[in-house]
Amino acid sequence: MTLQGISRSLQRNWKSVVVFIPFFWLLIFFLAPFFIVFKISLSEATIASPPFLPMINWVDEGVMHIKLVFDNFAYLWEDDLYVKTYISSLKISSISTLICLLIGYPMAYAIVRSSQTRKNILLMLVILPFWTSFLLRVYAWMGLLADQGTINNLLIAIGLIDEPIRLLYSHFAVYVGIVYTYLPFMILPLYANMEKLDWTLLEAAEDLGARPATTFLTVTVPMTLPGIIAGSLLVFIPATGEYVIPDLLGGGNVLMIGRILYNEFNANVDWPVASAVAIALLLVLVLPMMLYQHVQGKETESK
Amino acid sequence: MNNGKKSRFLFTVTCFGLAFLYIPMLMLIVYSFNYSKLVPVWGGFSTRWYGVLFESEEVWRAVTLSLKIATVNACFATILGTLAGLALVRFGQFKGRTLFSGMITAPLVMPEVITGLSLLLLFITLKEFIGWPDKRGFTTITIAHITFSMAYVAVIIQSRLAGMAQDLEEAAQDLGAKPFRVLTDITLPLIAPGMLAGWLLSFTLSLDDLIIASFVSGPGAVTLPMLIYSRVRLGLRPDINALATIIILVVAIGVLLAAWIMLRQQKQRQLELQMSGED
Repeated sequence: MTLQGISRSLQRNWKSVVVFIPFFWLLIFFLAPFFIVFKISLSEATIASPPFLPMINWVDEGVMHIKLVFDNFAYLWEDDLYVKTYISSLKISSISTLICLLIGYPMAYAIVRSSQTRKNILLMLVILPFWTSFLLRVYAWMGLLADQGTINNLLIAIGLIDEPIRLLYSHFAVYVGIVYTYLPFMILPLYANMEKLDWTLLEAAEDLGARPATTFLTVTVPMTLPGIIAGSLLVFIPATGEYVIPDLLGGGNVLMIGRILYNEFNANVDWPVASAVAIALLLVLVLPMMLYQHVQGKETESK
Repeated sequence: MNNGKKSRFLFTVTCFGLAFLYIPMLMLIVYSFNYSKLVPVWGGFSTRWYGVLFESEEVWRAVTLSLKIATVNACFATILGTLAGLALVRFGQFKGRTLFSGMITAPLVMPEVITGLSLLLLFITLKEFIGWPDKRGFTTITIAHITFSMAYVAVIIQSRLAGMAQDLEEAAQDLGAKPFRVLTDITLPLIAPGMLAGWLLSFTLSLDDLIIASFVSGPGAVTLPMLIYSRVRLGLRPDINALATIIILVVAIGVLLAAWIMLRQQKQRQLELQMSGED
């Protein structure tokens, strides 16, 4: 084909090319891997490289023998540690999401209602930490919370305590870390939602004699619900699978599923169990993810 | 609650929230100038840890690798994400659209441990069957980063396209431009700011990623977050404070510069609109 021919056929079929390239990329590098994880979660572990037995064996001529092992999932269910860890992860991420909402909602509200110049500055201040390294922001809290850290030193200096209290390597530290790193993820969707709202409705409610609390509960909250849902899911879903925060701030005391997965894979080299842990985590999160997809889709359409 | 009380409450929460976001980073910067090896014990002002940092060959290697990955990732992710965003907003219904849009939003919320594990297992399986990739490192990390970065770019492009009136594109079409010309001459220039934002975001996301890179990396390929993590796992390190200070300052300057340029453009556009209104 000549160069002209290529360019002519590209002009005719460019739409399919535009769809095909990213679609193909995601099929191979995003969707296919999940099937591999699922397959390995149903295999037996062994000491080899790779450390699992093949699922499909060819016995005799052309007789395919498929061996599915549900032991890995049964193991997760029977071992107390895993069930406890899933529950503990969900508890930590739900409480953190709630705290983020309680801090983020008034902040987003304050940003939306301020003057244009101030709005730009405040938004900038919220977005800036989002662009700086996540890992370093978690590390910053290690310095604040350590036994010899800033907070303890300060409390001792003003005479409130005599000896350092244990802040680092605790549940408290993990909550602080998650709320700290995910707060912008809560504020930004809330802000985006609130900015499009018709605020005259609030004035109308007030004029009609509604008390501020009534207005807030019956007008403001329902109107900002899509923002609340999107922001909460953006915090809740990744926080459930969080690894770095429980590892650096929680030490050995805090059980979270992301850490178990990482350790099963890297330290214990038990790939089938690690894969089963991943699939189980995905099952727990699939509903919130679909809800997010739904809210996100509506947002783009309504614009 | 009357209005005065309400705005005072909002003001207090906002100040508290911003202090919560910024004090830890400020402390990080303050202690990078501490002479003492023990991070939180003040031993006098000094820049000695910056010297230690710049002399470390390990740090330079990690910085170079991370910057290389981030640059290649940002370029590919911008192209793929822009194509995906265009397809989702401007092409109407096509076969597999639901699956496609699902695969675009899922990486945004997928826990990193799952993405990392699944991609590593894919690379191992591929190696077994087609012999590629023969070693894990730059290529595998870049591919992994492109996969989640392109989703962010697609969402940016999507929201920009959805918020944009189609009248310019329709006008061009009415004047006889072929759809492909409309794309290259009208649509792409209009979404260029979105593409730039997507490029910058992809670049930062890649520089910031620890978990996925740790999974898909191989021996010898250590990115900057991997290096930082391996050092801070065991406790506080003054040289990491120095590194953090440099990173935070670079990012802050970059973001402020971008915001300033955007604000200026916005003002200029408003001015032009006013001028054209006066005619």
